[in-house]
Amino acid sequence: MELRKISDIIWEIPKQGEMKVPALIYSSERLLKDIRNDLTLTQARNVACLPGIQLMSYVMPDAHQGYGFPIGGVAAFDLDSGIISPGGVGYDINCGVRLLRTDLREQDITAKRKELLAEIFKAVPAGVGKGGVTKLSRGVLRDILVKGAEWAVENGYGTAEDLDRTEERGRMRDAAYDHVSERAMERGAPQLGTLGSGNHFLEFQKVDRIFDAEVARAFGIDAEGQVTVMIHCGSRGLGHQVATDYIEIMENKAGTQGLPDRELVNAPFKSEVGQRYYKSMCAAVNYAFANRQMITHWVRDVFKRVLGNAKGMSMVYDVCHNVAKVERHTVGGVEKTVCIHRKGATRSFGPGRSEIPAAYRAVGQPVIIPGSMGTASYILVGTKEAEERSFSSTAHGAGRVMSRHEAVRRFRGEQIRDDLARRGIELKSTNWKGVAEEASAAYKDVDEVVRVSHEAGLGRLVARVVPIGVMKG
Amino acid sequence: MKYEILPHTADGKFRAYGETLEEAFVNAALATASLMWDWAKVEPRIEHSIDLRGRDREQLLVKFLGEIVYLLDTERFMLGRVEDLKIEEASVIRDPQGEADVPDHLSEAGSRLRLTARFLGDALSDRSEIYGAVKAVTYNEMKIERCDCAADSGDSGGSAGGEKGGYVVQVVVDM
Repeated sequence: MELRKISDIIWEIPKQGEMKVPALIYSSERLLKDIRNDLTLTQARNVACLPGIQLMSYVMPDAHQGYGFPIGGVAAFDLDSGIISPGGVGYDINCGVRLLRTDLREQDITAKRKELLAEIFKAVPAGVGKGGVTKLSRGVLRDILVKGAEWAVENGYGTAEDLDRTEERGRMRDAAYDHVSERAMERGAPQLGTLGSGNHFLEFQKVDRIFDAEVARAFGIDAEGQVTVMIHCGSRGLGHQVATDYIEIMENKAGTQGLPDRELVNAPFKSEVGQRYYKSMCAAVNYAFANRQMITHWVRDVFKRVLGNAKGMSMVYDVCHNVAKVERHTVGGVEKTVCIHRKGATRSFGPGRSEIPAAYRAVGQPVIIPGSMGTASYILVGTKEAEERSFSSTAHGAGRVMSRHEAVRRFRGEQIRDDLARRGIELKSTNWKGVAEEASAAYKDVDEVVRVSHEAGLGRLVARVVPIGVMKG
Repeated sequence: MKYEILPHTADGKFRAYGETLEEAFVNAALATASLMWDWAKVEPRIEHSIDLRGRDREQLLVKFLGEIVYLLDTERFMLGRVEDLKIEEASVIRDPQGEADVPDHLSEAGSRLRLTARFLGDALSDRSEIYGAVKAVTYNEMKIERCDCAADSGDSGGSAGGEKGGYVVQVVVDM
């Protein structure tokens, strides 16, 4: 596809044919090679054709081919003339990541790291078909869909401060369960408080580099060698079923004619179906917040049990990677409210936004970007510039470059475990084939992804963390 | 060859073949299961009846394969075999409330095709060897086409069906 180079890290697909706006790609030449290898750019162009899209169809540096929208796709829509699309959010609604900081140093846990990992593995259910601690009643499940992480804290899983440091304070207020199907409820009931499988993981890590000491300090990150914990998971079967249901509902309503890709099916944001999807999606977002909150509580418990105390363990932040939100942005010099879709992208609000916790308002929102298994992850900070450049959005991770099939052909899970062990990283998994699928060589170079984010001003580098112990679903 | 797993950057992709559309659907179900476990080793101890409707063949396929995912999550059911799969034109059922836009686990209005089948398999246990989880079935790159490449019980693959013709279905699943 024809790309117009704007700078070393910004590329444009000019408006053509059915496109209502151009598409803008934040990527280096190196990352672009992978992006060009699949349907990412075609999908970004398709998104630019959707009704009510504002300014641009954006592609983040870690983008790869998704369904309908690319993964790493960002698009904002006018509330009156625009749409909402399940394919613009993704199947794993509020797949996201949270970071905990501690006052522990690497040497405090070195001797106990195997035990820590083994105990976390026991405390946090993970893997395919693994149920949670209890099967929830419908009443409790409905409560969770409405209240999200607030439900978890009310029930003893965590603290009010945890909520304060969660995107949306752990609860999307527009959530409603009335239009979440029985099937989605059935899939969600046994899975709350589980990590799941695939690319989901739980890691304890150490800070290995601080790029911006002042912002890092504001986030509670003060020294190299400091221990952190990262939790990456989503809304499990419930979110996937909400997406599946509303793709079907919307295509039964609107048909599939004229759609360049059936996964782009959508409904006007203000239509009855559009609102039903939006409220159900919010409910799935809340389920995922509650899920990560419960896991956080168990991790704290394990640290207390194994080390005697969970010294200073508190939330840095929890971000959504797959979500649609109603947000205020400046569009062409005018402030307006839009429905923004971030699919495999992270919100990156700069200083001053009222949505971010008071403690961070002077510096900007923490952006947490997990790497692939065994590689570094990054803490970035949102910027004022991102508001104009990407509707306050940046990358969400490394992004795959190799198929699961190919990864399994090339790597063995046990070999990966042994290689990591030689580098001082413990790995435990329910499934060695799953480990092979997630080999770091199957992913883009996360260092390059965050470099582009930093240079493009979408999210600036604050600190880098590296794993000590990794638990895979 | 009943099916082949194809490379896909992020998720699972396969093509399944059959002399008939029904056979291609059966093989698509086995291909889906093969991404998670070795279906040939699953004992047929438990049975689930499948009866669903779709507005077209693509939707029918998404919903059919979605049953495997649903039964895994809710019943811990591992599919080993599919029997008596039938696809037929359904008479359009009008929802009494006039709600023609809900999926058929809520209502069956507006659906043109009906699929019935029996799933045979076993419950997931701690001893089951699991490779990964299919989390959703997508329309991405979906193809349901006539071809001269019908399924063959041998492993030669290719155009075993010859001039008789057959069906190929291609599916990408979220993992």
